[in-house]
Amino acid sequence: MADKNEILAGLAEIVAEETGLETAEVQLDKSFTDDLDIDSLSMMTIVTLAEEKFDVRIPDEKVKDLTTVGDAVDYIAGAQG
Amino acid sequence: MTTVVVTGLGTTNPLGGDVDSTWEAALAGRSGVRTLDNDWAETYGMAVNFAGQLVVPTSEVLSRPETKRMDPSAQMAIVATREAWADAGSPEVDPERLGAVVSSGIGGVWTLLSAWDTMKEKGAGRVLPMTVPMLMPNSPAAYVSLELTARAGAHAPVSACASGAEAIAMGYEMIQQGRADVVVCGGTEAAIHPLPISSFAAMAALSKRNDDPAGASRPYDTERDGFVLGEGAGIVVLESAEHAAARGARVYAHLVGLGRTADGHHIAAPEPEGKGQTRAMAQALEMAGLTVTDVSHVNAHATSTPVGDMIEARAIRGLLGAHAENVLLSATKSMTGHLLGGAGALESVFTIKALETRTAPPTINVTSPDPELEVDLVRDSPRALPSDGDVAAINNSFGFGGHNVALVFTNA
Repeated sequence: MADKNEILAGLAEIVAEETGLETAEVQLDKSFTDDLDIDSLSMMTIVTLAEEKFDVRIPDEKVKDLTTVGDAVDYIAGAQG
Repeated sequence: MTTVVVTGLGTTNPLGGDVDSTWEAALAGRSGVRTLDNDWAETYGMAVNFAGQLVVPTSEVLSRPETKRMDPSAQMAIVATREAWADAGSPEVDPERLGAVVSSGIGGVWTLLSAWDTMKEKGAGRVLPMTVPMLMPNSPAAYVSLELTARAGAHAPVSACASGAEAIAMGYEMIQQGRADVVVCGGTEAAIHPLPISSFAAMAALSKRNDDPAGASRPYDTERDGFVLGEGAGIVVLESAEHAAARGARVYAHLVGLGRTADGHHIAAPEPEGKGQTRAMAQALEMAGLTVTDVSHVNAHATSTPVGDMIEARAIRGLLGAHAENVLLSATKSMTGHLLGGAGALESVFTIKALETRTAPPTINVTSPDPELEVDLVRDSPRALPSDGDVAAINNSFGFGGHNVALVFTNA
């Protein structure tokens, strides 16, 4: 169990590692595709790594709804219950 | 016929992270072979605990995301490509007239085996989506195409240890067929992993000289006991002479002949009389319009195996006849180890540098030459090629499966 700030920090690390962006650029209101320029393959990689890091399951059909970093943080927080 | 010239060179390998440091190390007769930087031999009970490992790890020159999205074989190809492209003067080329031909003998073996480890440990859900794009053997060619926006075609001809030379041959053909003006071509290999090492060791193909890694690769020496696995990439920029002249490019050498044959004999052993090897060299010279007396230098495939070295040496001697006494033979795998799919490309870089500087690099570790060797082997120190007139050099590459590739280069 992690609070949303911890989830954001952990997700930012994964995104930074995958894309080369600074972790500070990974903010709740940023769109993965439009702001962070993350393609679908990178997004699937980030999801796979996030599932492991936060011990959650993010179904493939759910990934398309995760438009912003905030969406992903909320989903992970909810999935952790 | 279009004249095809070499205008750029790049490499990363066990002797150096670029062409200049590699050539300097080669002329100094240094070995790039050392004990493995890990405990695999102990952990897995491996019979061989050394290899020709990169001196400049790709992680020191590539970004973190680049190292995560590319198999090590593609990473090495990209490092060498960036050097070669800059060396060629980063030419302005219509993307549809720029080609990429980059081969690997084994492909993304690190990616494949690491993904399998992950799956066994953590289950199928943890297998990363980049696994396939990273493990596919055309990945280095594809990444080079992406890097340079090369759209004339991207290819990865695979023929085990002849792959790198075969890629250069295909690059030549792309220009000759009018498909491209410039082709970035070569080979790469990143197979220093416990499984390939153990697999080659299981064939008794590798040297087991664990107590003397630097002395283990000793082509033509009576005490040779197998090849030494190496890693790295070599890239050459080929260009039509017309295109190179129009932009005032510096020309290192000309690629003038290709020979490619197959033994049709055995899946791993070369045909004992080297007939296919001889035909490949003869074909390349014929295509170049040269005769054996034009040849001054041969960069041999010579991997330091008990059987293979002398089959090639006899084929060379058979083809060149008495002129073999005037030909300087170099076996640079004595210093780099065997880069498999990268070998033919790195050795093309050596052959081109030899023509440019009119200097044949040495073969190290030959303390007692095989008594049957009837070609003038350059030992320990570099030797001068003829200083005047045109000189031609052959680079041989042969692969498991009976693939024989000979490339003939001439001075600029």
